[in-house]
Formats: sequence, structure tokens, C-alpha cells
Amino acid sequence: MSALSHMSGSVGRLRAEGRTGVGVTRPGLAWAVPATVFFLLFAIVPLALVAVLSFTSWNGVDAPRFNGLANWTSLLHDPVMTQSVRLTLVLTVAGAVVQTPVSILLGVWAAGHQRNRAVLSAIFFIPLLLSATAVSVVWRAVLDPNFGVPSQMEWLFGDGNLMGSQAGALAVLTFVGMWQWTPMHALLYQGGARAIPRVLYQAAAIDGAGKVRQFLHITLPQLRNTMITSVILMLVGGLTTFDTVLILTQGGPGTDTTNSAFYMYRRAFKSFDFGEGSAIALVLVMVATLVSLAVVRLSGYDRMRSTSEGL
Amino acid sequence: MRRRPNLLAGLGSSLWLVLVGFPLYVLLISTFRTRADYSSKGPLTFPSELTLQNYVDDFSNGFGQDFLNTLLVTLCVVAIVLLVVPPLAYAIVRARGRTIGTVFRIFLLGLAIPAQAVIVPMFYVISKAGLYDNLLGVILPTAAFCLPVCTLVLTGAMRDITNELYEAMAMDGATPWRVFWQLVVPLSRGGLSSVVVFAALQAWNGFLFPLILTQSDSTKVITLGLYDFQTEHGVDVPGLLSAVVLSMLPIFIVYLFARRALIQGLMGVGGK
Repeated sequence: MSALSHMSGSVGRLRAEGRTGVGVTRPGLAWAVPATVFFLLFAIVPLALVAVLSFTSWNGVDAPRFNGLANWTSLLHDPVMTQSVRLTLVLTVAGAVVQTPVSILLGVWAAGHQRNRAVLSAIFFIPLLLSATAVSVVWRAVLDPNFGVPSQMEWLFGDGNLMGSQAGALAVLTFVGMWQWTPMHALLYQGGARAIPRVLYQAAAIDGAGKVRQFLHITLPQLRNTMITSVILMLVGGLTTFDTVLILTQGGPGTDTTNSAFYMYRRAFKSFDFGEGSAIALVLVMVATLVSLAVVRLSGYDRMRSTSEGL
Repeated sequence: MRRRPNLLAGLGSSLWLVLVGFPLYVLLISTFRTRADYSSKGPLTFPSELTLQNYVDDFSNGFGQDFLNTLLVTLCVVAIVLLVVPPLAYAIVRARGRTIGTVFRIFLLGLAIPAQAVIVPMFYVISKAGLYDNLLGVILPTAAFCLPVCTLVLTGAMRDITNELYEAMAMDGATPWRVFWQLVVPLSRGGLSSVVVFAALQAWNGFLFPLILTQSDSTKVITLGLYDFQTEHGVDVPGLLSAVVLSMLPIFIVYLFARRALIQGLMGVGGK
């Protein structure tokens, strides 16, 4: 029986090689239709519409009217827009710079075999379970200058009004971003670190390399591809940071933490200037796509260099 | 290899433990103290008396309704994803021709679209469809934005099914329908569970779409409830924080019992 099915199996393969599709039934395109139509309607069409709406004036109630480049010229001369682009870049770069080393260390640590590792990492990754909203709400309560922790720890926080200055507010946003996102990136690095062949460490140990040198010369280079994935996620996430800004600083003090995503929300849903909001959104999409492409290019990821060359 | 205690690693991990544990301690302990106690003694000291009143108050403030709305949104998003993604992934992995490759690339492109970028036109589309302030108007875009990751995960899982198995089924004259149900679905169970967790978390924790697309109390989801609570009764921190604890309770329970599945779903990676 099994020999028979084996034989007929290879006959089937022969036939399939001769005339594709014979013997093995394949699903038709109809199987892909529901998901594709649904996705086109609720993701691709809106994406196309954002480009169209950026050339219109629309208050959210009447029909959108074409107004040419009016939104774009007004944005170009809008100091808040210029500032928001700068702030977006600052927050994005700061986020990646702060989160990358912390998540590499945490991820490599979590990939090891220390005592209590399982228990500790179960605690370490708890921030993952909270929604971005919950994280921001909690930190806002914790950092409240009057009723939060700063009021009880003046030796550390001074007058406690952390979000009263631009530098302080940006620092808080970066810190909360780190608290929220580091566990996810650490998990990426944990996966990457576990995939590093043990022989590399054994060879290095024989050559007399200590822990630090092993980390610098084996672990880090081997984590290259993970790092690219993680940095792209951080950059795109950083460019579109919204919830944290809305809940923690409302873009303030003044407009000092109004990044582009928040400014888009303000223009569209607070000032009811949906045309300009769309223009900002389009800038965001383009920048996010360019950044991902640039990182992939610059790092040579598109050439898919394997980290196991020469092994 | 030699094993010796690594002081640096120990120090670093203790530091992270404090960083993570500290706000979680404040979060948890504050929910059991009275408002007066919180305002007078601050968040750090241990409360003079423990109370569950904050949790009770959350429910009289409409948390139950928010919870049910979120649950409904989550169930519907998961249902839509389960309905459309497995057939799509099956077609991507098994169908012949160029068109299916294009379809797959559209979904990959979708990975790069941030939800923030489309909220304005989404508001337009949903209003035009008459779904503004309707939970369906939250469910549809949320589900749509889950599709790219879910498709990627599930095609990954389905590619592991060997050709021999398909051929064996073809010998029995199985139709694509039977192949799908008797071979593809059972053998990609790991990927399916990741997809369910991922979609459920996206829906449960989603904030942007509900913020833009709903406004009434009757359509409020938990995340929006937290946001409104903070803007309206910002001084009632114990009440707010107990709502945060309630909002993460279901996820925490899953975390306790199925940590692996939850993390794989969170990361959007296929279970194998």
C-alpha cells in the first residue's frame, strides 16, 4: 500500500513536471479575492485618497473642493510644520539611539542561560502587554509633578515639572518610548542571539577572548541582520509616534513636542483642515518609505549578506 | 565553556528590573488606595488601608460597556481575519501565475503603511459609508490593517507543508476545498494561533481608529475610555489606574497560561 502510493506519487510528480498542474490540484485566484478586495477597500484606497485629499480643501462636513497646491504652499511657510519635522527627526533618532543598545543587551542577556532567567524575563517583558494608551496614561500619572512620584523624590526630580520644558518633555517621550518598545526589540535580538552558532564562541574562548571581546567581535556582528530589522521598525515607529505625544504632552509646552503625526491630527481633527492634514500624512508616508528603503540600501540588506559566510 | 557570574549583566538586568517594576508597583498599589490617601501620601508609600472601591467605581463609570464593546470589536476582527487570511495564504502559496505574486506584493506593501497616515481618508471613507460612530466602522479598518502581518505569518507557516503531502491528496482526487480543510488548515495550526493572537491584540489595544471614528459612550472601547477618563477626571488617579489594570487583565491571563503563543503573536512571527 505504502509502496504503491509512493510509486504513484512519483508518477504524479513526473506528470506534474511534464505538464504543470496536472495531478496536483491548485487553488484558483478566487481564493485570494475576499482578502484582496477587503484590503484594497480599507487600506489601499485610503492611501490613494490621502494623496487626492492633500490637493483639496475639506472641513469634514461639506464635499472636498480642489484647491491645487494651496495646502502644500501653506505648509511650506508654516513654522509649526517645519518645527514638527525637526522634532519628528529628533524623537525618531533619539528613540533608535536609546533603544538599540538597551534592547541588544537585554536580548542577548535573555538568550543566555542564567539562573532565574525565565522568571526575570517574564517580568521584563510585561510592558509588551500594555497598550500604548495604557503605557502613556500610567507614566503620566507616575510623573505628575503634584501627585506623582516627583513630588516624593525631590532629590532626583527637582521641582518635578519634567514636562514643563522642551528638553524635559522630549526626554520623557524618549524614555517612555524606550520603556514601551525595548521589550519587543529585545525579543527580536533574543531570537537573533539564539541563532548564533555556538562554535564561534567556543573558538573564541580557545583563542582566549573574554566575554566582552566575544560580545564585540562575535555577538554584535552576528546580530547585524536583526539590527537592521529592528532599526527599521524603530525608525518607522518613531516617525509615526502619536499616542504617547497626545496623552503625555499634547504637543506642548506650546508646540515644543508637536511632531508631524500629532500636528496632522491637530490640523485635521482639531482645526478641521483635513486637506492640510492629508498633506502632512502624505509627507509621513513618503518619509517612512524612504527611510526604510535607505536603511535597507545603506546596510546592504537587499543583497542579503549572510552572517554565516565562511562557516 | 566556563561559567562565572557576570557582574555587568547582573547589574544591567537589575537596573531594567527596577525600571520595569517601579511603575508597575505604582500602578498596582495605587489601585488599592483611596483617592484621599493617594493625594495626601503620594504614590510610593504603602497605603494605610486597602480598598477595592476603585474597581467598583470603574464599573459604575461605564467600564463594563467599554469592556463589552472592546470584546465585540476584538471577536469580529479575529473572525474577519480568520475568514479571509487562510484562503489568501493558501492561494499565495499554491496558486500558479503572475497575478498571485502581485497580490502578495500588495500585502507586503501594506506592511509599510502606518495607520496614522490614512486616518484622514479613513474618516472620509467611514463617514461616507455611514459607519461613523458605529463599531463596525472600527472593526473594518482594524481588521484590514492586521492583514499584511497575518498574511506574512500564515504564508510562512504554509510554505512548510511539503509537496509530497499535496501530491498524496491529489492522488485521492481531492479538490482544493478538501486539500484546504484536511491538509492546509490542520498543518498550519501554529501560524493560525499566532495570527489570532496578533489580530486580537491589535484590536484590544487599538486606539487611533476608535479615537477618530467614534464619539459616543455607547461605542467607546477601553483604550478610548482610559483616554477620556484621564482628560475628564484626571485627578482620580486610583480610578484611572484601576481601569488600566482591568484593561490589561485578559491579556495578562493569556500571558500567564500561554506565554509562548502570546509572544509569538505579539511579534507577528509564525509558530512552529
